[in-house]
Amino acid sequence: MNFDFSDDLKALREQARKFLRQRCPTATVRRVLEGPEPYDLGLWQEIAAMGWTGAAIPEAWGGAGLGHLGLCVLAEELGSALAPTPFASSIYLAAEAIMLAGSDTQKQAWLPKLAGGTIIGTLALAEGPGKADPGKLFTTWRGGALTGEKLPVPDGDVADLAVVAARGERGLQLLLVDLNGPGVTRHAVDTIDPSRSHARLVFAGAAAEPIGELGRGEALLRRLQERAAVLMAFEQVGGAQRALEMARDYALQRYAFGRPIGSFQAIKHKLADVWVATELARANAYYGAWALSRDAPELPLAAAAARISANEAYFLAAKENIQVHGGMGFTWEFDCHLYYRRAKLLALALGSTRLWKERLLLELEAANAPL
Amino acid sequence: MDFEDTPEEAQFRAGVRDFLAEAAEPRLPGSGLVYRAGNEDPKFRERAKAWQAKKADAGYAGITWPSHWGGRGGSPIQQVIYDQEEAKYAVPRGLFDIGLGMCIPTLCTWGTQEIRDRFAGKALRGEEIWCQLFSEPAAGSDLAGLRTRAEQDGSDWIINGEKIWTSGAHYCDWGVLVTRSDFAAKKHDGLTYFFIDMRSPGIEIRPIKQMSGASHFNTVVCKDVRVPDRQRLGAVGEGWKVALTTLMNERHTIGGRVGAGVEDVFELARKLDLGDGPALNNGAVRDKLADWYVASQGLKYVNFRTMTALSRGDTPGPEASLGKLVNASMLQNIAAFAMDLMEQGGVLCDPNLAPVAGAFQQTLLTSPASRIAGGSDEIMRNIIAERVLGLPPEIRVDKTLPFNQLPTGKR
Repeated sequence: MNFDFSDDLKALREQARKFLRQRCPTATVRRVLEGPEPYDLGLWQEIAAMGWTGAAIPEAWGGAGLGHLGLCVLAEELGSALAPTPFASSIYLAAEAIMLAGSDTQKQAWLPKLAGGTIIGTLALAEGPGKADPGKLFTTWRGGALTGEKLPVPDGDVADLAVVAARGERGLQLLLVDLNGPGVTRHAVDTIDPSRSHARLVFAGAAAEPIGELGRGEALLRRLQERAAVLMAFEQVGGAQRALEMARDYALQRYAFGRPIGSFQAIKHKLADVWVATELARANAYYGAWALSRDAPELPLAAAAARISANEAYFLAAKENIQVHGGMGFTWEFDCHLYYRRAKLLALALGSTRLWKERLLLELEAANAPL
Repeated sequence: MDFEDTPEEAQFRAGVRDFLAEAAEPRLPGSGLVYRAGNEDPKFRERAKAWQAKKADAGYAGITWPSHWGGRGGSPIQQVIYDQEEAKYAVPRGLFDIGLGMCIPTLCTWGTQEIRDRFAGKALRGEEIWCQLFSEPAAGSDLAGLRTRAEQDGSDWIINGEKIWTSGAHYCDWGVLVTRSDFAAKKHDGLTYFFIDMRSPGIEIRPIKQMSGASHFNTVVCKDVRVPDRQRLGAVGEGWKVALTTLMNERHTIGGRVGAGVEDVFELARKLDLGDGPALNNGAVRDKLADWYVASQGLKYVNFRTMTALSRGDTPGPEASLGKLVNASMLQNIAAFAMDLMEQGGVLCDPNLAPVAGAFQQTLLTSPASRIAGGSDEIMRNIIAERVLGLPPEIRVDKTLPFNQLPTGKR
């Protein structure tokens, strides 16, 4: 039994943690949250220079070839630091989509640039509030041209490349769209977490080439989301752990009624419950990592469990962190809201808990076996 | 990252498999329910003793014990491997857990080699069964509040008081006992620890009938029970330290669940019609099933992480508290929810009338005990908060005063 990351990957995680603690304190997150920059370009470039963006991309396509386990440990640290970069959009979604289903030409065209961080990619799926139901998308692809509107698209204001889900003649199709080309307009939109920018993308006959087999877009999208869910679960676990530590530290420092508030069981039991949720999420994420790294048939179930568990743990940790901080917890000045915003943002980024529970049940029913 | 054994572990597992294939009957595939019951049945105890002797002969009893206790000198991961393999067989389990897991390790840690030689081997072979006389009516989570009195009388001690929640007192041969020998000392300083012959004159054992109808525990009343001083472990007044040895040995079990769980409620939801189709098609039901599946999977992989630590030779931390805390409440909630699905028929507990032979109804009545026995949910949360998160202990009003000056409530 060796249900853990290798010593090499643990060393990588330690290195990433040290770097981010120093280079990406919450002041850095706030600069993006409060300022005009859509993301921290300097941090993004440094991360790319260290090879993080290319961690899971094979060396043949300009990556580091560390595999997905390497990407998981980096994701945990990026999540812990609330790193204000387009890492998830570009790597878990765009690069993964191309690795999964891209032709050699597409891989050659895009992966080295994504690996090097010289371009930013994203996935454009949602079309306003409500479920992005594959059968009911308004964005359409006909004769090689894309028409429609996507909202919100993470990093859509800064991305160079989008994987767009649209309705084609043979059902849902994923398409590669050069966002700097003609027929694309975009503008940033306000979201609950301005430390991660989002945009509205309007396509008016933009050039789009299909990725993956025609008529198989729905299955591809599902596989892509499963892979991204595991990676994002590590970000979420990293964030939950930081929010828990922040609450713990405050509970030790803050005195009320002549004693540290962390000595009251009302606080201790609350934080014990947060720890339990975080450990369950971590364990589910680890299993997801195992399934992802081997492309195991268990991946759909493992990813759903990791996603549901991480969504719940991070939001619980973030909201109870505010609660432990009392009145100061809901001020702009204290950092609690940074985790709270991010927790909810990530919980919606790849589909809500409700959607993933339904996916989980469909998988269990399909397996039609005792659990 | 993998789930494979190391070569040494694989070799050990192969040996265990050979032994079990030879010595035991495979467990029949069934509903997945694991019942520990049986300890109350004399025939079950005879079978358990015979099986324990076989295990001891083969070197699989006392796997982690050092050789001077008569053990194998093996590692905790070997114990886990043995337990995993044994779980596939229909062998009697549970009768010796308290003795071998808690009592004998304390005896061996604090007693002389003579004591080890006299008791460890017999316990290991199942020839003597041990119980634990710790909790009292006024000392549960606050164990150090115990007030069973020990008074020295020449080379003996005279014991008077009442112990409670003693599993198996009526069939056990020996017991470990914490007493108060000095009521004027501070709470934790006046305790003395003994082991006693459960057939000593003056011991009266009364079974406690639980809300489930079963009687796994007893009240043990000691009236002028005489215990020789050579059966004292640790110094007079240092019984708390000895008791901590017992409690720290509280067996860390991996897997093994008592009651109807997520598999069973899933099965029920497939079969039960809510009037508009199977319960499994209902959104509210699906939501709950997903929650419980995810939590169960989380627990499974938390255990895998613990086993990974054991496999490396690391000592797992208080993280082990997590499993019990999560599982006990979950089983209670699953039982209540499954019964809701059955509507008024959910009240039926007759195994011939209720689905899954009444397992949910039974779990409804047994799960409250799981949330209390072996450390209540609240104590588990304190342990996590203090030992994992490093939060301060409660401010105490009982640590510095002499015990006999502490306030007490109505008793």
